[in-house]
Amino acid sequence: MKRVANAASLPDLPEEVRAAVLDVTGRLKHLPGPLLPVLHGVQEALGHVPEDAVPLIARELNLSRADVHGVISFYHYFRSQPPGRRVIYLCRAESCQAMGAATLEKHVKQRLGVDFHQTTADGALTLEPVYCLGNCACSPAMMVDDELKGRLTPEGFDAWLAAETK
Amino acid sequence: MAGRGDEMSITVYVPRDAGALSLGAEAVADTIAAEARQRDLDVTIVRNGSRGLYWLEPMVEVATADGRVAYGPVTPGDVASLFEADFLHAGSHALALGPTESIDYLKSQQRLTFARVGIVDPRSLDDYLAHGGYRGLDAAIGMDGAGIVQTVTDSGLRGRGGAAFPAGIKWKTCLDTQAEQKYIVCNADEGDSGTFSDRMIMEGDPFVLIEGMTIAGLAVGASHGYIYLRCEYPHAQRALEAAIASAEAAGYLGDDVRGSGKAFRLEVRMAAGAYICGEETSLLESLEGKRGQVRFKPPLPAIEGLFGKPTVINNVITLATVPIILDQGAAYYRDYGIGRSRGTLPLQLAGNLKRPGLVERAFGLTLRELIEGYGGGTASARPVRAVQVGGPLGAYIPASQLDTPIDYEAFVAIGGMLGHGGVVVFDDSVDMAAQARYAMEFCAIESCGKCTPCRIGSTRGVEVIDRIVAGDRAERERNETLLRDLCQTMLDGSLCALGGMAPFPVLSALDHFSEDFSGAAEKTAP
Repeated sequence: MKRVANAASLPDLPEEVRAAVLDVTGRLKHLPGPLLPVLHGVQEALGHVPEDAVPLIARELNLSRADVHGVISFYHYFRSQPPGRRVIYLCRAESCQAMGAATLEKHVKQRLGVDFHQTTADGALTLEPVYCLGNCACSPAMMVDDELKGRLTPEGFDAWLAAETK
Repeated sequence: MAGRGDEMSITVYVPRDAGALSLGAEAVADTIAAEARQRDLDVTIVRNGSRGLYWLEPMVEVATADGRVAYGPVTPGDVASLFEADFLHAGSHALALGPTESIDYLKSQQRLTFARVGIVDPRSLDDYLAHGGYRGLDAAIGMDGAGIVQTVTDSGLRGRGGAAFPAGIKWKTCLDTQAEQKYIVCNADEGDSGTFSDRMIMEGDPFVLIEGMTIAGLAVGASHGYIYLRCEYPHAQRALEAAIASAEAAGYLGDDVRGSGKAFRLEVRMAAGAYICGEETSLLESLEGKRGQVRFKPPLPAIEGLFGKPTVINNVITLATVPIILDQGAAYYRDYGIGRSRGTLPLQLAGNLKRPGLVERAFGLTLRELIEGYGGGTASARPVRAVQVGGPLGAYIPASQLDTPIDYEAFVAIGGMLGHGGVVVFDDSVDMAAQARYAMEFCAIESCGKCTPCRIGSTRGVEVIDRIVAGDRAERERNETLLRDLCQTMLDGSLCALGGMAPFPVLSALDHFSEDFSGAAEKTAP
């Protein structure tokens, strides 16, 4: 029944999105409990999981659209909007707090001119909060894509930013 | 083979541990390689895990005839002078730390689970085998399932994820449940702030986790395992996947594990940034591809777990401790520790400390020995004011209770919990009302939404704390009563530990640091 309902009205998708989704689902849909691996795969390919792609993912995995949407919206990591070219994950958790994370957070937001979950005007950097990077012996910590930084000071952030935007 | 006549290549260790990388270890390794090339010296660089002495990272070690010697913290700018000082032959240098094993911080530890971390090359199965790896599995293959489970039970090993439930009892329940398919699930969703021991093991000695899970599979009759790994740990993912591939290629995983006739396969599944998925039933939901919402218990996962099948679900450290228990015997492990807390606990020293890092010791030492002895006091050189043990749901312990021993029951007795062994130290600049507010805010952000006390209570908690801090004395008293009542409702009425324990940091802050909650109006009043 679900398949029929889902097949009824698949929205038009840009070819690159359709191809990426079908590639990922083709590779992973045989797994038990494939939805999270599939969403990771789509996000890795496209930078986000476009809302328009939800019906196609649902059809390929024989799930309802609500199932897929519900999972995307539950997990902090999955995003429905494209991020900046790089994503900064700034740790807000206790160990980093004990080493000045609140001051660092204020500084980073002010330097980038964005709040959490926002992207800089030039589309370069998206700022996300994270609750522990497991780098608590080197607090405060930040991760840029999958590059980890420790003992980060406001000055250290500025130096990184200068090198990044050079 | 150039350089010093005909001598062999010299091995230099530069950690690939994520923490060391976050402090520039990659550039240090590259600079050492380049400098060696330029000087025409034959140097082999091994990318080990971290020894856990993070204030010395990146810590570089050199293998000498008399054992390994350490230098740290090394920056790329130090490398030329290290070569000038002949560090390849233990030459003296301002960054020289002497023989690694003689560094006090390490020498006094009792590393059982962490025996190989920082020592071996985590990408090398041969190195693992050369350092006692897979002896536990060999012993297990010679036993039946019940015998393995009995050994784990006798060792006194309790779940190191935080709940401290006896691992052997969990395993026995799963063993005794008849099913065609069973699973071993490793909870590697290490979300508690102040904890990183799972990460260090997975990056620094991934084979020990694979071996522990394989033994668990043999014990309960499970042929498939999943490692549910948080997506904040990309370095651990790479280390695990490389190790799994090596173990498969060498017959340690697959259809016939080491000729035992039993199959065991292993897969890494990436989480997606939800703290609640560290709760075992949410984790199982997530593995099944659903929202990570908590399940009602019973049924226990050991009876109806992943995809409805009997499942052993344990934390990384629990599973990584199993090989040494099978290798050395239950009594060997049980002889460490005090009371009902047997064996060792890898403690993680974090926050405001001079010497943060990993300390594995038998249960029984005190919080003070950890913080003052190992940690060396605060990094800011100000007095310790509060210590949060056990992650974001752990109580804030005042300086007056630092003599509490590291023991599950002793922590419960002071209204706290040992949890996963994270210790986060705050100096006297901390605002405890802000910490209490954060605990509620965190619970609101991470609540799975299934039960009302957690979903709604956490948001109301933030609001009430804001009113306490903003209000006058009467307002504060009214709202404190309300906050305590709300905490009680969350404690009694929540479905899992998130809502059920988030009140611990809040209440401990109120009880021990009430002065921080005086409202702004009150402070400015004449």
